[in-house]
Amino acid sequence: MIRRMNHPAWFFTPYVVLFTTFIIIPVIIAIVLSFTYFNTIQTPDLIGLKNYIELLTRDEVFMQYVLPNTFKFAFIVGPVGYMMSFLLAWMLAQIPHKHRTILAIILYSPSMTAGIAMGVIWTVLFSGDSTGYLNSLLLNIGFIEEPIQFLTSPDYLMTIMIIVSLWGSMGVGFLAMLAGILNIDPSLYEAAYVDGLRNRWQEIFYITIPSMKPQMLFGAVMAVVGTFQVGAIGVQLSGANPTPQYAGQLLVNHIEDFGFIRYLMGYASAISVVLLILIYSISKATWSLFGERD
Amino acid sequence: MASFQGMKINPSRYHKSQLKFYAFIIPMTLFVALPIIFIISHAFKPSNELYAYPPKFFVRVPTFDNFRDLFFLASESGIPFSRYLFNSVLVTVIGVFLSVLITSLAAYSMSKLKFKGKKVLFEINNLALMFVPIAVTIPRYLTIAKVGLIDNYLVLVLPLIAMPVGLFLVKQFIDQTPNELIESAKIDGASEMQIFIKIIVPIIAPALATVGILSFQLIWNDTLGSTLYVNDESLKTLAFYFSTLASRTGNTVAGQGIMAAASLISFLPNIIIFIILQGKVMNTMAHSGIK
Repeated sequence: MIRRMNHPAWFFTPYVVLFTTFIIIPVIIAIVLSFTYFNTIQTPDLIGLKNYIELLTRDEVFMQYVLPNTFKFAFIVGPVGYMMSFLLAWMLAQIPHKHRTILAIILYSPSMTAGIAMGVIWTVLFSGDSTGYLNSLLLNIGFIEEPIQFLTSPDYLMTIMIIVSLWGSMGVGFLAMLAGILNIDPSLYEAAYVDGLRNRWQEIFYITIPSMKPQMLFGAVMAVVGTFQVGAIGVQLSGANPTPQYAGQLLVNHIEDFGFIRYLMGYASAISVVLLILIYSISKATWSLFGERD
Repeated sequence: MASFQGMKINPSRYHKSQLKFYAFIIPMTLFVALPIIFIISHAFKPSNELYAYPPKFFVRVPTFDNFRDLFFLASESGIPFSRYLFNSVLVTVIGVFLSVLITSLAAYSMSKLKFKGKKVLFEINNLALMFVPIAVTIPRYLTIAKVGLIDNYLVLVLPLIAMPVGLFLVKQFIDQTPNELIESAKIDGASEMQIFIKIIVPIIAPALATVGILSFQLIWNDTLGSTLYVNDESLKTLAFYFSTLASRTGNTVAGQGIMAAASLISFLPNIIIFIILQGKVMNTMAHSGIK
């Protein structure tokens, strides 16, 4: 049997079938449903662009909180996490192998803790009464007099979400960039210095980054996707959807709110489509930021 | 080149000029490691230390109480802990195996075989790198219901094993293998599948290990499958059980110890596997670029 398996279909069919069933079809359904009114019980009613119009003109929560929150969150966590990943990878590449391996494993480890159970660390560390670790510490050094409701206060929730997300942002992209830097031909550097390269900054921008552009790009896409992926974190931290005064409400939570709490699937699908378009355009923008495509 | 002042990649030994890097990396690593150290420490705290005021970061008298409570709490609801564990292990083993298999097969066809629509397929897959599953939770549910997979073991695996990132990484890796190897095997009369099994698989082992790790993390940590697609409590996974702990323990201080123990249990397999295979992962990542 194996001796006669030559046709490409033997190879790609299983993947394509699963890929189509669980990625392509759901995306298509989301697009179709976004033009309907669908409450999960009756058959969907075609209503044209009404969901989108409602979302963009009448959904105050969306315009006032969800969209600004999502942008704020994404534009801090994405770029900062990405730059941190690159910087750490760049430095790690310049220390001996043994130390590098240990440090890299530790830095990567948070991205393996994606499980919801990990939320317990943050609920304990940031707990709102004086038994919370951060509160206890701040009270002790006399920085504050009253414990702060970190997780339920709209003033702090977003900041904590950003810190927690940055904590876990050294993921696959970080590993790719580290490997990319390590694979650059060392003679490139020597040649560049002979040609008059003067300092480390020039070196980074003229040699390092251009030589590992493919990995930089991969890391960028992973950073964008990762940022939107962790969106559920606000609900996890505050323990409520919607989050207190919508302070930590991101697009992903808005979808859940309408889809699984209010059962307005058509409307939720419209939000999904907006989210997918958003991720796509940001990734594409990042793409062009890295200059010429070859 | 004694005067060369530039970047020294992958130095063979420590030199004091590297000190500035350590000065940055070590504090960052500490910041990253602290929550994890905390979880380990918290998981072993006896209840009087959990309730202690002011709270102590490190455990004084470690016990296994939290782990014991974690096991017994499960059986109170009728499903023994071992059942969740069994489900998780079974689903993860099947999932990782299938994921590595179908991903590498598809990657080989994308890299070395010729067929219509290959380019389009790879482009779509690249687009899907940006895909966020959480955005299509609802239509995915509808699809799964339509296919009739609700309450089927397979539903905990199938939606997760076609990983665009996995296909991408393996394909880039196979691209590096010389065509001459394949050509000469063909002259000897080998079929494409034989070439794949005998020649390609051994070469791409590092990439397969990487896909294995990524799918392991995805499946082992997944709670969505058990929450949405499975109603039968006895088919649900450990990750799901852990995710319900907050409501089961009523968010009490004692519950925090139990949850820390749970976090530790779910984290350990991930980190152990990664440590074992990290060399292979780095090898794969070197070819990970988007060109």
